Amino acid sequence: MPGKLKVKIVAGRHLPVMDRASDLTDAFVEVKFGNTTFKTDVYLKSLNPQWNSEWFKFEVDDEDLQDEPLQITVLDHDTYSANDAIGKVYIDIDPLLYSEAATVISGWFPIYDTIHGIRGEINVVVKVDLFNDLNRFRQSSCGVKFFCTTSIPKCYRAVIIHGFVEELVVNEDPEYQWIDRIRTPRASNEARQRLISLMSGELQRKIGLKVLEMRGNAVVGYLQCFDLEGESGLVVRAIGTACTLDKLSSPAAFLPACNSPSKEMKEIPFNEDPNPNTHSSGPSTPLKNQTYSFSPSKSYSRQSSSSDTDLSLTPKTGMGSGSAGKEGGPFKALLRQQTQSALEQREFPFFTLTAFPPGFLVHVGGVVSARSVKLLDRIHNPDEPETRDAWWAEIRQEIKSHAKALGCHAVVGYSESTSICEEVCILSASGTAAVLNPRFLQDGTVEGCLEQRLEENLPTRCGFCHIPYDELNMPFPAHLTYCYNCRKQKVPDVLFTTIDLPTDATVIGKGCLIQARLCRLKKKAQAEANATAISNLLPFMEYEVHTQLMNKLKLKGMNALFGLRIQITVGENMLMGLASATGVYLAALPTPGGIQIAGKTPNDGSYEQHISHMQKKINDTIAKNKELYEINPPEISEEIIGSPIPEPRQRSRLLRSQSESSDEVTELDLSHGKKDAFVLEIDDTDAMEDVHSLLTDVPPPSGFYSCNTEIMPGINNWTSEIQMFTSVRVIRLSSLNLTNQALNKNFNDLCENLLKSLYFKLRSMIPCCLCHVNFTVSLPEDELIQVTVTAVAITFDKNQALQTTKTPVEKSLQRASTDNEELLQFPLELCSDSLPSHPFPPAKEHLESASSNSGIPAAQRAMTVEKASPVGDGNFRNRSAPPCANSTVGVVKMTPLSFIPGAKITKYLGIINMFFIRETTSLREEGGVSGFLHAFIAEVFAMVRAHVAALGGNAVVSYIMKQCVFMENPNKNQAQCLINVSGDAVVFVRESDLEVVSSQQPTTNCQSSCTEGEVTT
Amino acid sequence: MTSELDIFVGNTTLIDEDVYRLWLDGYSVTDAVALRVRSGILEQTGATAAVLQSDTMDHYRTFHMLERLLHAPPKLLHQLIFQIPPSRQALLIERYYAFDEAFVREVLGKKLSKGTKKDLDDISTKTGITLKSCRRQMESCSVAQAGVQWRDLSSLQPPPPGFRDYAAIVFFANNRFETGKKKLQYLSFGDFAFCAELMIQNWTLGAVGEAPTDPDSQMDDMDMDLDKEFLQDLKELKVLVADKDLLDLHKSLVCTALRGKLGVFSEMEANFKNLSRGLVNVAAKLTHNKDVRDLFVDLVEKFVEPCRSDHWPLSDVRFFLNQYSASVHSLDGFRHQALWDRYMGTLRGCLLRLYHD
Repeated sequence: MPGKLKVKIVAGRHLPVMDRASDLTDAFVEVKFGNTTFKTDVYLKSLNPQWNSEWFKFEVDDEDLQDEPLQITVLDHDTYSANDAIGKVYIDIDPLLYSEAATVISGWFPIYDTIHGIRGEINVVVKVDLFNDLNRFRQSSCGVKFFCTTSIPKCYRAVIIHGFVEELVVNEDPEYQWIDRIRTPRASNEARQRLISLMSGELQRKIGLKVLEMRGNAVVGYLQCFDLEGESGLVVRAIGTACTLDKLSSPAAFLPACNSPSKEMKEIPFNEDPNPNTHSSGPSTPLKNQTYSFSPSKSYSRQSSSSDTDLSLTPKTGMGSGSAGKEGGPFKALLRQQTQSALEQREFPFFTLTAFPPGFLVHVGGVVSARSVKLLDRIHNPDEPETRDAWWAEIRQEIKSHAKALGCHAVVGYSESTSICEEVCILSASGTAAVLNPRFLQDGTVEGCLEQRLEENLPTRCGFCHIPYDELNMPFPAHLTYCYNCRKQKVPDVLFTTIDLPTDATVIGKGCLIQARLCRLKKKAQAEANATAISNLLPFMEYEVHTQLMNKLKLKGMNALFGLRIQITVGENMLMGLASATGVYLAALPTPGGIQIAGKTPNDGSYEQHISHMQKKINDTIAKNKELYEINPPEISEEIIGSPIPEPRQRSRLLRSQSESSDEVTELDLSHGKKDAFVLEIDDTDAMEDVHSLLTDVPPPSGFYSCNTEIMPGINNWTSEIQMFTSVRVIRLSSLNLTNQALNKNFNDLCENLLKSLYFKLRSMIPCCLCHVNFTVSLPEDELIQVTVTAVAITFDKNQALQTTKTPVEKSLQRASTDNEELLQFPLELCSDSLPSHPFPPAKEHLESASSNSGIPAAQRAMTVEKASPVGDGNFRNRSAPPCANSTVGVVKMTPLSFIPGAKITKYLGIINMFFIRETTSLREEGGVSGFLHAFIAEVFAMVRAHVAALGGNAVVSYIMKQCVFMENPNKNQAQCLINVSGDAVVFVRESDLEVVSSQQPTTNCQSSCTEGEVTT
Repeated sequence: MTSELDIFVGNTTLIDEDVYRLWLDGYSVTDAVALRVRSGILEQTGATAAVLQSDTMDHYRTFHMLERLLHAPPKLLHQLIFQIPPSRQALLIERYYAFDEAFVREVLGKKLSKGTKKDLDDISTKTGITLKSCRRQMESCSVAQAGVQWRDLSSLQPPPPGFRDYAAIVFFANNRFETGKKKLQYLSFGDFAFCAELMIQNWTLGAVGEAPTDPDSQMDDMDMDLDKEFLQDLKELKVLVADKDLLDLHKSLVCTALRGKLGVFSEMEANFKNLSRGLVNVAAKLTHNKDVRDLFVDLVEKFVEPCRSDHWPLSDVRFFLNQYSASVHSLDGFRHQALWDRYMGTLRGCLLRLYHD
């Protein structure tokens, strides 16, 4: 009996009128956890009841604490008939189960009803007393931290990155049970919400157990998904990366001066100076001696006493013997050996991370992906979900072997997804094959690491571009050259990856969002035949998506894709493919050639003219794009580079029809002059369409940039205004004689128009960048296409954008002298502008106020700034707003990114993982489908914000809307929608406040977050 | 390809001020789009008409959802569904409760309830304000009259500028002052609002400064209803015109003081008794609700019109009224000096404001 859950119901407000006669409500509350239920008194005749209940105490197993949600139901008391439910609040108490996160959940929660939406709010306080657990064979995994963030969370450092954890649980979907025929939609929805909540709790607990088994203490990059398989059941599955994290000892908000030892400590694990000189010259010198003394005495490092076999922790010897500073053959071989042995212990050497500690990623091979089409069958025994497990194991095995073929031992940026239509299911997995540095993968002794660190010279800025595979035995035809950066190693001509751009990579110019969109009609069919038809189509889809991506990349004058995500969606009569990625120009890779068009019938004069016209258009576009994205690579003469590796035949030519020979092409050198120009042959109208569609993509209006990665390559001076949004569009195709072309065009227009709308809507934020643009396509019905986009718009400072090109040395010096690791790159410019004697310059707005009223002490000044700030969007209002009684609702920021520009995350409060169903039988009255969904999404945001605020947080990072399933039946005036969102609740502090905070008590942070929780009461 | 569904939801609710204005003015989506196109926004941003349409629809939908909250401003402050920065919240409320003077002039003094709503059509045609906008303004007036919500507005800093005007509207509605008569048409809403403020300050229960016994229920009525006792007492003033000696004495006092200072002295002298009778009788009649309604009609009929027909300049009116009210203090037989000051002080201000073409 290791836990006591305590709940107090304080008050309600804005309740709906339940008694028409009196226009009032007699409300009371039921508090349920597991099988125990408590009730408050009935508060008669009020829309703003004050229950002020006693503490309801539940004594429960920690296993239940993890699985069960706390369920709070608000009802209207009725003397004569059954009590009417007003709505419910589900509270996930997981964040209270580990010591570092929230200590209390307290605040106003929206009361949610699946039929009526939000109906008022309720103020609740929840606490958990955990007793020490001495049972080693326990089934719970309290204390394992979960993060959605796909990088090492900002105020932690990774001691070891253990690797892949996965789990899935299945159950019958309550919507399809026999009982559903006799119960109300509300009851059915609530059963479903509750079941999914339970299942995700169970899943998280099971994953936690696996992590403890691996001796980790956290899961990073945790991704949990639901598969609504309809008749055959409900699957909840999750993947993640097990890690041992160490909380950075110095509170992030407490950074007095640049050279203080506490700062050095923080910098150590991330130190990645490419230039060994700075080690000895820079202020970071002392770190060498003092590093890596992480103590395992932290409260969260649970000493799981079970002495299982060391699954992942292979005792390593000879770690420190990494000889020779050169990135030469022997070292590489050794490294590979080490990595290999470290990884071979694992069934699946996969990592869901997309950004890594510097030095972790050694080489990147390319994207690996696998798909398989399965027929769903009823899950007979929910406790043994063997078939689903086997399906995924199969796919993962395939991914692993693909990675091997690329000479890689690991897969990073790994993700899994499904698309279901009727009884057919496409399972997809993809990732980036990579070679990793073993240092992070095992429990190397401290000395060993240190020694290696000193000698090693490995992580050069171009290292990750170098091919990991054997050039004589390449897995696919590729065009290799010597690296344009170091000139020693070979690099491919283009690089596709699913990860974020490594922070230390040298990029020329800016990046941009690149999308490939594709539709293919398919005959309606049943079961086996359908599955076969789909599997036959898949390779063609993949191929064409890749072709489109490649073409568009060339058209942008870029040579690498990051964050690539290819989604294939299956519908009744079509397949949709949507690939999104961020294109960049990597300095280490060769300049991309242009695109050449080759006609099939060169004799026809007018035809040739047409071709040359097209060619000119393409060349113009490339030139324009280069200017737009500021791609001006330094000219390098051929001699320096050395001759390219001889295999002219195999250069990455794209053939429309395989029969053509390539020789005639060279005549048409209309050129980008480069010998490795990319050739597009036009031999039919199809191809013509493709070329046209290439040219129809309009660049964003000036002042706008977009990418689907965390940060935009080439922009590093973000200002603090952010706006996260979700946009959904559904179009109905005219069902008459649909052709592939028409379909493609419709789909293309849909996506382009959606982007245009976003640019228009957010025009007041210019200059700004849409980051983490995440498109999801679904085909809810025969002729409907639904596209959902979630992204964040971040403003940046245009003036400072001009000076982004700094020499690498300068950059690394800055890096050594300022503490920017937590913030990636963006504040670099700010810091570098100030004199060295003033290492932590106040932010801009702060300076302004300082000049106007310099007599006021700093702390006070910050307050005045906050109040007087004219910035409309309340950027300065949030955080620990002065606690006054009549304070309105605190601002909670939401972002799909792992950071908040201009702010420091000081605390992670726990994972937010919420699932909502909303249904209506009065669609027209609620403003039609648009009105219905608009209100629902706004409500979901509100509920996420309320939960975060109740945990004492002021932001959600790594927010993602994983599912938005919308079904309508306009004839019956009905609609239903399911939404699943997740993210990490955090506390952040503005950088401009850090100075203020640091001059006060170090406990301020904790206090402010606590008071915030109480302010709302 | 037809668009079935098209929405945009931001974590911070986007409010486009221009679209908000169009919405408040009661334009349909189509009209709003047309107006936005005419403003040249397409050229500025390079957007297409379809984008504009979708954007406008979206904003309209948001405003529609917000309207429920706008009906009770304090709710907007505490709700969780829309994350709107306080400055924007204030703007939303301020704009929502802003009204067209032309509209308010029409409904001034009428019952702010459903009874007049059928007249909205007429008002709409007469003023050129869209029916939707008329309806909103009518509802705002009712909300203001309900009053309760407005007390919480003090938490919004600073209070909306329109607040004072609402006090006038509600005050007029509560007392049902007649403002629609033809002879009152020359008066603007501003004139009435000015008078209302003076009356609220001096003639209501709240003005006397008596502490309300139950702050929750009485407060509004305190400020919004005339002091009944005061109105009853006004009867006592009648002696000023009923007592012939008093009247003559009053007249001579005023005439002595004003001789040579007034351009229209002879007219004044000739009309004094009429004017005085008019002003005092207005006071004496205020006991009856029906006569209270006609207050402004009476004032115009009994004082403004006679003076105007004799072409009194405004400065002479001011001289006269000052002297007229001051002289009463020198009347030995008159015992109601305080009452007279309370009555005449306010009335003088009102008359001066009402005296124009």
